[in-house]
Amino acid sequence: MANKDELTTIPHKILEEAYKAGVSSEKERAGTFFHIDQATIYSKVNEVFKGKIELMDIKDALQKYSWLNEYMWKVVPRDQDEFTRKVAESFSGGYFMRILPNTEIMFPLQSCLMITQKNLEQRVHNVIIAEEGSKAHIMTSCLQHSTAENAAHLGTSEIYVKKGASLNFTMVHQWKEETTVRPRSATIIEDKGTFVSNYICLKPVRDVQMYPIVYCNGEGSKVSFNNILYGHKNSLLDIGSKAILNGKGSKAEMISRAITREGSKIIVRGLIEGNGSECKGHLECKGLIIDDESFIQSIPELVARKKGVEITHEAAVGKISEKEIEYLMTRRLSRDQAVSLIIRGFMDVRIMGLPESLNSEISRIIEIAAGT
Amino acid sequence: MLFEVYALSKGLLRVGRRLDEITMNLLEVKDLRVKVENKMILNGISFDLKSSESHVLFGPNGSGKTTLINAIIGLPSYEVLSGKIFFMGTDITAKSVEERSNLGIAVSFQNPPEITGVKLADLLKLCLGKTPKEDFSVEEKSLIEAFKLTDFLNRDINVGFSGGERKRSEILQLIFLKPKLLLLDEPDSGVDVESLKLITNEIQQYVENSGSSALIITHKGDILDYVKAKYGCVLLDGAIHCFSNPKRIYENIKREGYEGCIKCEERTTERW
Repeated sequence: MANKDELTTIPHKILEEAYKAGVSSEKERAGTFFHIDQATIYSKVNEVFKGKIELMDIKDALQKYSWLNEYMWKVVPRDQDEFTRKVAESFSGGYFMRILPNTEIMFPLQSCLMITQKNLEQRVHNVIIAEEGSKAHIMTSCLQHSTAENAAHLGTSEIYVKKGASLNFTMVHQWKEETTVRPRSATIIEDKGTFVSNYICLKPVRDVQMYPIVYCNGEGSKVSFNNILYGHKNSLLDIGSKAILNGKGSKAEMISRAITREGSKIIVRGLIEGNGSECKGHLECKGLIIDDESFIQSIPELVARKKGVEITHEAAVGKISEKEIEYLMTRRLSRDQAVSLIIRGFMDVRIMGLPESLNSEISRIIEIAAGT
Repeated sequence: MLFEVYALSKGLLRVGRRLDEITMNLLEVKDLRVKVENKMILNGISFDLKSSESHVLFGPNGSGKTTLINAIIGLPSYEVLSGKIFFMGTDITAKSVEERSNLGIAVSFQNPPEITGVKLADLLKLCLGKTPKEDFSVEEKSLIEAFKLTDFLNRDINVGFSGGERKRSEILQLIFLKPKLLLLDEPDSGVDVESLKLITNEIQQYVENSGSSALIITHKGDILDYVKAKYGCVLLDGAIHCFSNPKRIYENIKREGYEGCIKCEERTTERW
């Protein structure tokens, strides 16, 4: 495994595409990780953050820490489905990120999983451990080089949020029209831990199917899921969010915004299960359908097993309101301009409740994606 | 003379009106019949508005005031069955909302929609013809401040705005659009006294400085203390009655109600 020292040694064309996916130069990052095709070619922690975080390839980490085996296939079952079985059989690497106890990372850690070869089936296994009292933002971009066709990405991610830790995990997918994507991820949150999972998918893709699970096992633990889904050019997005509220007073919040057009199909699933006492949850899904060739389905599920549980949901799917379009047209916008302004607003990342710096970061990615 | 005869035959020109006044008409509505959701609301309305002249439009709920304004701006759900609308001499009856707003017609709505994710700042910039990346000028900033909307710039348009905040945002957008014709649908409803003063003063100042015209729908008389409207009229049963001094009309309505308006013999004659 060649760990190069400089980001600039990564071939220019690949780096250019990575920048388009929101990967930015390493100076404003706590750490950067690149896994291209079947190998980790770069992982580096910014000097300033040494001693606060660890970032390396999972295979290196397994050699370094024998205890890491305890964290492998612990939340995601090895035999969950054919995809996890394939990854369990063999994987090319993945990231290991560990935020050390009571440290705070202001800048996001970024990782970039990239496919550049035709017909490649990329299999990765990632582990993130947010140690007690730590606070961090992680941004993952998964993308594909323009020459890679007909690829598949199978990724298993296991995330551990320990006591009092807070982890903000943002995943941006930018695949291609011929790619099949099967991430399988699960998270365990301990007492008073907070986990925010943001998922953004803006580029056309053949088919993404995922249903990440978060177990709020700790007392007062909290999870938020925020999804921004833009299905176009015959994409199929089947995106779920599952929260299992086991801890007393644990909370879940799910917000999804989905837009479907040009023959795309979006299914937004959500399940909140209240098993602990005084659990609370809310699920919100708003969907816009732009043409008659597309499809959108919202499937919310609420389960309660204790009398003190309170879980609600709110879902609406339909066309863009004519009243809103006409209103903007009285402000000198054409119909098309009005529609595009409403769509952009609909996908506003501020629903994710991120700090302003990360908001502008994600807005920048959306701008790039919308412009290309 | 020929033109006058033609105009008279169309019911446009009242006796005694000078020809050069016609050419000064900013807006002419001729025999307009409008249907909304399969219901006839306006059944042959005619009226006109000159440059640099403000009119107040009174009328009971459901008489078609909002329909008239929405038909003038051209909202598609307001179906014009017959009749014409001219703006600065051009027939705009078949033109789109966007075209009409580009010609210089602007409207402030009674109930503007909430649009999630679209910031007030972005909308104001669009009204000014700026891109979202351009900044407001010093003058624009001070006007936003005067409208007490600085804290709302990064908020989603109308989401969680109070009645007064909505109206202030509507009127500010209107002024930023620099229109020749302002259509104001109840700018004074649901507004506190302080906001009312601010809004109406700003409207009057804009109209005066720009030489534009305003058509104002209202149920209240307070607005007349600030906006110098030359004429008022009453919309009843889908037709316009009683061109007169707006304060006088308002006093009449207060005293005798709209019933009194119907009986009033002065109606339709006084303007000319």
